[in-house]
Amino acid sequence: MTPDAALAPAELVARRPSGWSRFATLILADKKALVGLIVLSVLTFAAVFGPLLSPYDPNDMAFDMILGPSWAHPLGTDDLGRDLLSRLIVGTQVSLFVGVSTVTIALAVGVTLGVLAGYFGGWVDHVVMRYIDLQWAFPNFIIAVYLVAVLGTGLVNVIVAISLAFVDDFARIARGMVLSIKQEQYIAAARTVGASNFRIMWRHILPNATAPIIVQATVSVSYAILGEASLSFLGLGVEASTPTWGLILAESRSFISRAWWLGIFPGLAIMLTVLSINFLGDALRDFLDVRESRSL
Amino acid sequence: MWGYLLRRGIGALIVMWAVATLVFFMLRIVPGDPFAAMLADAGDMEAVEALRRKFGLDQPMYVQYVKWFWNALQGDFGTSIYGARVPVQQLLIEALPRTLSIAGLSFVIALIIAVPAGLIAATRRNTAWDHGVTFFAFLGLSMPDFWLAILLIVFLAVNISWLPAIGYEPLSAGFWPWLSHLILPAIAVGTGFSAIIARMIRSSMLEVLKTDYMRVARAKGLANSTLIFYHALPNALIPVVTVIGIAFALLMSGAVVVENVFSIKGLGRLLIQGILNRDYPVVQGAILVVSAIFVFSNLLVDMLYSVIDPRIRYDS
Repeated sequence: MTPDAALAPAELVARRPSGWSRFATLILADKKALVGLIVLSVLTFAAVFGPLLSPYDPNDMAFDMILGPSWAHPLGTDDLGRDLLSRLIVGTQVSLFVGVSTVTIALAVGVTLGVLAGYFGGWVDHVVMRYIDLQWAFPNFIIAVYLVAVLGTGLVNVIVAISLAFVDDFARIARGMVLSIKQEQYIAAARTVGASNFRIMWRHILPNATAPIIVQATVSVSYAILGEASLSFLGLGVEASTPTWGLILAESRSFISRAWWLGIFPGLAIMLTVLSINFLGDALRDFLDVRESRSL
Repeated sequence: MWGYLLRRGIGALIVMWAVATLVFFMLRIVPGDPFAAMLADAGDMEAVEALRRKFGLDQPMYVQYVKWFWNALQGDFGTSIYGARVPVQQLLIEALPRTLSIAGLSFVIALIIAVPAGLIAATRRNTAWDHGVTFFAFLGLSMPDFWLAILLIVFLAVNISWLPAIGYEPLSAGFWPWLSHLILPAIAVGTGFSAIIARMIRSSMLEVLKTDYMRVARAKGLANSTLIFYHALPNALIPVVTVIGIAFALLMSGAVVVENVFSIKGLGRLLIQGILNRDYPVVQGAILVVSAIFVFSNLLVDMLYSVIDPRIRYDS
């Protein structure tokens, strides 16, 4: 018996740290990623416990108009006398919800399409590729605008529009991964022992294709949040009664030269969120060793 | 080459046809009639019907489609159903140079920021300069373009009146009036893109600086500036050219948003206003033109590759 084989399992684990602990080490070492993680944690906390933390009703016009930041109103009030902090907290909920839900849908649909296309080839691949090519000719944001144009505005339509806009990115990546993994010997082995197509795709191909998909998903969340903010800003976003970051900026535009806080804080909220996700995405990209991905 | 060009051209036309057709039918399938919305308050159903007849919305969908398609082929996109009933093609022709001006100028501004930034970061790797450029690149990528646009208006146009805050002047009104109205929108659109390009130039410069021919050039005793600008930069720019297609897409979608901040009646503003008013003919026309720009700029960029890098050929 060699000395190595005599090691207890616990020691083996200690010698090869798990993916999570290696990632944690990396995050702690990378200041940008750490900042990103902290900011996102705070925002998530604010979004989840929003109604409890929120000092006032976001739509309550009970206060003096255009008050600068103070103890009573840390971020000031807007032109209708509403508390900006309370409104931004609701905006956080919408932004994070739209960002995560759209990317989850886009990932589920896109990866399914991509895996089916790459695995089965033939006419399935042909149909999926034509669709990807069609969508690939346009930036995601423009696709989202087109879809809102035909579907109309509102939370559900915005989520559908942004989700569909990102489907092609995931489909393309998943298809590419499947095409290369399909050639591996372990796939042939799985087929030889009689694994079904579904089992091969789900248990053998997909787990080996996750790294680039995770990186793409992270990047996409930041673009989805920017997309939602842009749509809201243009008046194509969720219902006008919901104070989203984009909408708050649009509403306060004409008052910004008199009330800087109305222009600075909502924009800062968007930028910090997107920046934090980008920081994390960068760390993930290094960690998972994925080459540059595209998402506009 | 010509065979390839022909195939790609046909492909581009098919994409445009597919988008136009999808949009046409989806606009009509999704509930919500523009006239009903327009006259809902008046409750005058007869007037609604009369307007629907006037614009042909009472006819079966396929009849509307064939008519619209046939007219569009001849450059007739119908008239806006709002306000003065202006022909859509006239709106589009007025809007096109505005959007292209913003996209073009923002590309120039992006390069003015990105080339020096990328060069500094690459030649002073791992110094404070490099970290500074990387940090600002992250900021630029994360800053919403419409927010930057608002801040530019407030600080540079309203507070110190350096530049006009809103509007557009055609080039025929003079170079400076045209340029001065475009500078702020172009900065708003170009900043995010400059971040992408700066990062790209940095990494491709770092690659080039490691090559043998750079070592040879250095061994010959060439001045540092000759090395950088004459030997390294042109090669480092090749990968940048490959993203011009993506660049244009990004700048165009940026222009669509930012036009609305600066009240410039470009394609983006036309499209967004059309959507908000449910002005079908305008939405359809604007989507068709915006789509054409994307599809044909992709084609153009692929052509450019083979000109810039002669190793790429499309004969096979």
